[in-house]
Amino acid sequence: MPSLRGRDMISITDFTQEEIEYILDKTDEIRKLSIERSDLLKGKVMAILFFEPSTRTRISFETAMKRLGGETVDMSEPKRASIEKGENLTDTVRVIDNYVDVIVIRHPLEGSARLAAEIAENPVINGGSGAEEHPTQALLDLYTIRREKERINGLTIAFVGDLKYSRTVHSLSVALANYNVKLYFISPPILKMRREILEYVSNKVSVEEVNDLNDVVEEVDVLYVTRIQKERFSDISDYMKVKGSYKITLDHVKKMREDAIIMHPLPRVDEIDYAVDQTPQAKYFKQVYYGLLVRMSLLALILGAVE
Amino acid sequence: MYSKGVVMVEKELRVSKIKDGTVIDHITAGYALAVLRIIGLTGREGNIISILMNVPSQKLGRKDIVKVENRELREDEVHKIALIAPNATINIIRSYEVVEKNKVKLPKVIKGVIKCANSTCITNGGEPVQPTFIVENVEPLRLRCHYCKRIMTREDVIDQF
Ligand SMILES: [Zn+2]
Repeated sequence: MPSLRGRDMISITDFTQEEIEYILDKTDEIRKLSIERSDLLKGKVMAILFFEPSTRTRISFETAMKRLGGETVDMSEPKRASIEKGENLTDTVRVIDNYVDVIVIRHPLEGSARLAAEIAENPVINGGSGAEEHPTQALLDLYTIRREKERINGLTIAFVGDLKYSRTVHSLSVALANYNVKLYFISPPILKMRREILEYVSNKVSVEEVNDLNDVVEEVDVLYVTRIQKERFSDISDYMKVKGSYKITLDHVKKMREDAIIMHPLPRVDEIDYAVDQTPQAKYFKQVYYGLLVRMSLLALILGAVE
Repeated sequence: MYSKGVVMVEKELRVSKIKDGTVIDHITAGYALAVLRIIGLTGREGNIISILMNVPSQKLGRKDIVKVENRELREDEVHKIALIAPNATINIIRSYEVVEKNKVKLPKVIKGVIKCANSTCITNGGEPVQPTFIVENVEPLRLRCHYCKRIMTREDVIDQF
């Protein structure tokens, strides 16, 4: 296995299947450090460069760095700082690159993280770019499945909700296409999975687009739920029509296999009933913890503290 | 002194009646005006420009031809033509002689010639970066933006000219 030291993490597709598995293996090993705290990254500094707000992702990266003894500098409000003064992404990255050992970037435009990685000499991690990519979320989702189901191959995984705009769903389905899985895409017609991703994925694994969750809920091993946002509908009555039919309730859970799991990238609004939180299938809060572990492992590998 | 017939004009082009300039031949029928837009010629520059459209062609069935006097095409302009007219040939003419004859050819990577059709691509965000595309297929045209990874088709490209 070639070292991941100095590597950028821009898109999940930049990594081989072997490299992804390697990151997940290292995540298992790093779990105990999340409790003990470690000095693995002592003396290292990570810049958080968020051009759009995401408290959860930011705190996850920040905690990951601190648990390993590293430090962070936060530029999470560049809108109010450099951007309003007219500084572009290119210059901001070029400046920050002088101060730190690794940069985590989140930006509303697609391809922004790739551009940042070309400019920076230090490694860049994509914390979300446009509607396109969120590779560390895909990694933590894979890790959650692997931990909770003890395998990925052979599983039936259903995505429910907004499959058109959810970058989480895009990155994860691309990553899952490397495994032997069966995928269901369940969404209202106007929020169907983006065509280019559907093409890519269906060339590699079995894929079926389904309208009604009830048709497949009994056979899934993993139910991945995303939020349907009102703003995506031009006609509010269209939204009201589909709203309820993609909400997960106890009735769904009763039909599910006992060992099935329910995942959600969070934040949740009302697409999963609170009553579901108490069921053994609900794993979305554990997913957050796994996200911390995956980001710890990724930082340790990229900064060369773990080989 | 020139013949009015299309076939005759074609013959004249082959014997290059213009003194200096460029003849763009084998343009996909109907795209001559788009080619002029790509080169940035409006007709107000003063150069003599001849446009022939839907000329019978053995190779293409029908084709367009553009003849520009006192203007030689730069390489980046040639690449642009290849994006909308993949079979075009470029004849550079000096003192009535064809000094250079090239078939347009798309490079594997196209840099800085066209814009990404995705308005939320970082290359449309005011950054000092050249739009860059990987040519995944020539016919039908399929370009992938190096940054946002979106696919552009020939229609997306023509829309820009
Ligand atoms: Zn683009």
